[in-house]
This record gives sequence, C-alpha cells and structure tokens, in this order.
Amino acid sequence: MTESNDHRGNGAMRYPVGAALAGGALLCIFIMARTADPVMIVHGFLFLAFCAGGIYFLVRRTHALAPEGAADATYNDAVTRTGVIISMFWGIAGFLAGLAIALQLSFPALNFDLPWTNFGRLRPLHTSAVIFAFGGNVLITTSFHVVQRTCRTRLAGVIAPWFVLWGYNLFIVVAASGYLLGVTQSKEYAEPEWYADLWLTLVWVTYLLVFLATVWRRREPHIYVANWFYLAFIVTVAMLHIVNNLAVPVSWTETKSYSLFAGVQDALTQWWYGHNAVGFFLTAGFLGIMYYFVPKQAQRPVYSYRLSIIHFWSLIFLYIWAGPHHLHYTALPQWSQTLGMTFSIMLWMPSWGGMINGLMTLSGAWDKLRTDPVLRMLVASVAFYGMSTFEGPVMAIRAVNSLSHYTDWTIGHVHSGALGWVAFVSFGALYALTPILWKRQRLYSLHLVSVHFWIASIGIVLYITAMWVSGILQGLMWRAYDSMGFLEYSFVETVAAMHPFYVIRAGGGALFVVGALIMAYNLWRTVRGDLRNEALPTVRPNPAMAPAE
Amino acid sequence: MLYENVASFAATYGLVYFIILFAVVVAYALWPGNKSKFDQAARLPLKED
Repeated sequence: MTESNDHRGNGAMRYPVGAALAGGALLCIFIMARTADPVMIVHGFLFLAFCAGGIYFLVRRTHALAPEGAADATYNDAVTRTGVIISMFWGIAGFLAGLAIALQLSFPALNFDLPWTNFGRLRPLHTSAVIFAFGGNVLITTSFHVVQRTCRTRLAGVIAPWFVLWGYNLFIVVAASGYLLGVTQSKEYAEPEWYADLWLTLVWVTYLLVFLATVWRRREPHIYVANWFYLAFIVTVAMLHIVNNLAVPVSWTETKSYSLFAGVQDALTQWWYGHNAVGFFLTAGFLGIMYYFVPKQAQRPVYSYRLSIIHFWSLIFLYIWAGPHHLHYTALPQWSQTLGMTFSIMLWMPSWGGMINGLMTLSGAWDKLRTDPVLRMLVASVAFYGMSTFEGPVMAIRAVNSLSHYTDWTIGHVHSGALGWVAFVSFGALYALTPILWKRQRLYSLHLVSVHFWIASIGIVLYITAMWVSGILQGLMWRAYDSMGFLEYSFVETVAAMHPFYVIRAGGGALFVVGALIMAYNLWRTVRGDLRNEALPTVRPNPAMAPAE
Repeated sequence: MLYENVASFAATYGLVYFIILFAVVVAYALWPGNKSKFDQAARLPLKED
C-alpha cells in the first residue's frame, strides 16, 4: 500500500520539483550575470550544477526512484547507503583538515603564506567538515535508518529524502569552498553567509517534514525514544540556525551580509546558538544513535526505558539555558552568566543518567565487549560522553573558567567529546549499518575494527592529555605576576611553551586519521562482499557459568 | 510589550508552567500503568533485521 502511494507521490512531485530546479538554475544564471563578486560566480556554478544534476536525476532515473526489489519495497535503504559513503568521505576529509591545522600550529611554515591555506581559513573548514559534514551526514543517514526500522514503515517521500541528502551536501560544499575563498560571517560554527543559510533552511525544513511524515505513518503504537532525540535535534537546530543567522545582505548579488544583532546581544545569540549546537546537534542527535545502536548491537533492550524518557525531557529542559557560560567575565550581565553556569552544573544529572542508561544496557552481556569490537566502540563512546559531560560543567564554573577560558584546555575538552563521543558512536553506527544496508553476513574484518579502536583510542588519549597540560600551563603562565606586579611572561613565551604539546597533539590526530583510513578500507571491502579469513572471537565455554545462561 | 513585563511574566508564570510540565513528564514516565507499554517500546530496536 505504501508502495502505490510512493508511485503516485513520485508522479505528482516530479514536475513541480523539476520546475523549481529549472527556476533555480535561471536564478543562478541571473545572479552570476549581475554580480561583481567572484566568489558568487563560483557558488553560482555550484548551485547550477546541483539544479542540472537534479533535473538529470528526475528525467533519467525515474525508475530508480520507484521501489523495485522486494526489500526496497519495505524500506528505503538506497538513500542511507549513499549516506554511509558520503559520511565516511567527509570523516576522512575533516580529520585530515584537522591534522593539517594541528601541524600548522606546530610548524607555522605550513601556512605556506597563501591566503587559501592559512590557519584562519582552514580552521572553520576543519570544524565544519567534522561537525556538519561528517556528523551531519551520519545523523541524517542514521535517523533515516532508525526511523524506518523503529516505526516499521518506509521513509516518507520519494524525491524528498534524496533532496535532503544531496541538498545538505551542497550546503557543505558551498560553505567549505567559501571559507577557502575568504567568505565568512565570522560567527563560530555558523560561518556560512546568508545565501548558504537560506539554502540550508530549505533543506532542513524538508528534512523535518520527511521525518515527521515517516513517524506519522508508523505501524507501531509507540514512538521509540531514539526518534524523540532525533526530532529534538531537527527542530532545535532549525530554530537555532534561523535566529542566529538573521542578517541583511549588502545586495542580492553579493556574498557579504550584516547580522541583525550587535554587541552583547550578538554575543549572547551566538553562544545560545553555539552551545545548543553542542547540546542538540552533537548530543541529542547522537544520543538518538546511542539509544538505537547500543541495544541493537548488544541484542538487549535499553536498561531503563523510563530513565530514557526522563533523560530526554531533562536534557531538553536544561540544555537550552547553558549558553551564557561561554561569556564569563564579559559585558553580559552577571546574573545571566550565573544562570548559564547553574544550568550547566544541573546538566550533570541528565548526562550521567543517559550514560548510565547506555552502559547498563550491557548488564548481563558484558562478555560481548570481548567478542564484539563494534560494541566496544559504542560503549567507549558512551564512556567518553560521561567523561566530557562531567568536564564541561566543571569548566563552566566561573572560577575554573577564569583559568581554562581561551586556553587549549577548551580544545582538549571539545575533542574528548568530538573524538571520543561523537566520532566513536558514529563509527560504531557505520560499522553496524554497513552489513545491514548491503545485506552482508558480517563486516569484512572484525580484527581491523579492533585495530581501529585501539589506534584511535591511543590518538584520543595523546590529544586530550597534551591539551590538558598545555591548556593549564598556558592559563597559569598568563596569570603569573612577578614581585613588582608585572606579568611574568610575554605572550610569545607562552606560545613557545606550547610547542611540544602541539606536536604531541598532531601525533594523536595522525593516529586518528590512520584509524579512519583503516575503517574506510574495511567498509569498502564489506560493501564489495569480501570476508577476511580470520578467527572470530568466540565465547569461551565455562561449565561453572552454564546454569546462569 | 516592555522588557520588564516579559521578564516578570517569564520569571513567574513561565517558571510555574515549566515546573508543572516537567512534573507531568516525570509522572508519565514513572506511572505504574505505563510499564507494559514502555517494556514493549524498549524492544522495538530488536524487532527488525
């Protein structure tokens, strides 16, 4: 029944979508003809290529859009398969960009004295590539998979899911190329300019509609908790994105725009956005992954479903207020800073409640950690989630922040969350998804998953310990006074003191990149259908334990 | 609509509204009658594939 709906939906939607793409192409040509801004011409070509590709897709691939095989008549796995490949690509690109800027900080000659390759332009390229390109594609892919499986219905829409996936990636390419060419609105984690923001809004609203429509036609009475987390992620990111990017372009044919906000209002809006991007993009979305893939991989229901509901709502109620802790000792009113700090401390409760819920799901199945390296990766990610959500509130305390703010400690904290939690849970989900989506018996090699796990873990440990030491050293050197009341160190002395730690950090980053390359190889061989001839870890028979089984 | 009015509304009715809403959520999660429903829901990831 859903199949026939899809057919009708396809027939009906092809023409308006095609017309919109044609109109978009004309608009691109018009803007490119009128603009004096060279970057606008580059971006005009990118949008034009998207419109042309879209029209080609609609005309040539009509049959591919309709569900064919028996399995695809049930679930739309084609879009999630594409998402897995795109995610892996952006992961490696983002980690490499991170390694490049880590090496630039260690050896400044690597800036090459070129505008396109200097740290200031490559740094947003790295952050956007890992958070939005890698993380975002993992979230879109896993959310499309999880919502179909837990609602036991096919993904809503025929063209719409493809539009979400490719449209989102067009946004990524426009943003990334803009950074390298010097286009930015200078808001951290929201650097893309107004036209990219408008495009993302269109894509994101479509994403919300696809997700909601799929939940709407579910064949289960209950909406599984992972979908609540995904939905909170989609809705909140839409709200944050729209408000923080309210801006007036200089003209319709130029890249530059001016924010609607100024001064401390701008700062608060930016960090309301910035911290909730952490809370709803990097936390709520990936908790959706945790609540589906940890139980799935452990083959046990989540430890406490009740706790998951309380986890969800307390996270939603608290996170949205924590942003002002980014603005301690600024022009922001003191009460507002204290409010942000207090809510950050309160976040310990839902964060640790969620971590306990994830870890205790393995209760009675801990032996699987020895035999299943994918589960080991997922569980390590939950442990890192607990660790970085403990560290974050500590750093939000005003007195601690006076030492930690503007130092490398912040960078270390972010990476214990980003590498340990977000990347590991994503790796676990991609490892779990690939054999399912390509209908393979298992991954090409579990041994290589284990190698990836250890290499990446050592990389993370090197990274975060180097940044702890260097951050605290930096903070202490900045506040050191001599007996005459003068600052003891010049700024450049603190920079020189950082050098060995920057080299160690780059080493940790290199290990993380190597791990991801091993993963990409493993997934590629899995997709090809190869199986590595290896002794799979088995459960050691223990006669004394037999009755408990 | 002055800032003071909005702020005082948020600090009184807004606060009470959020606390009641959260209490309702916790009651819903812990309500004994919902247990079997939640036990079923918790098994959803294990059903397919």
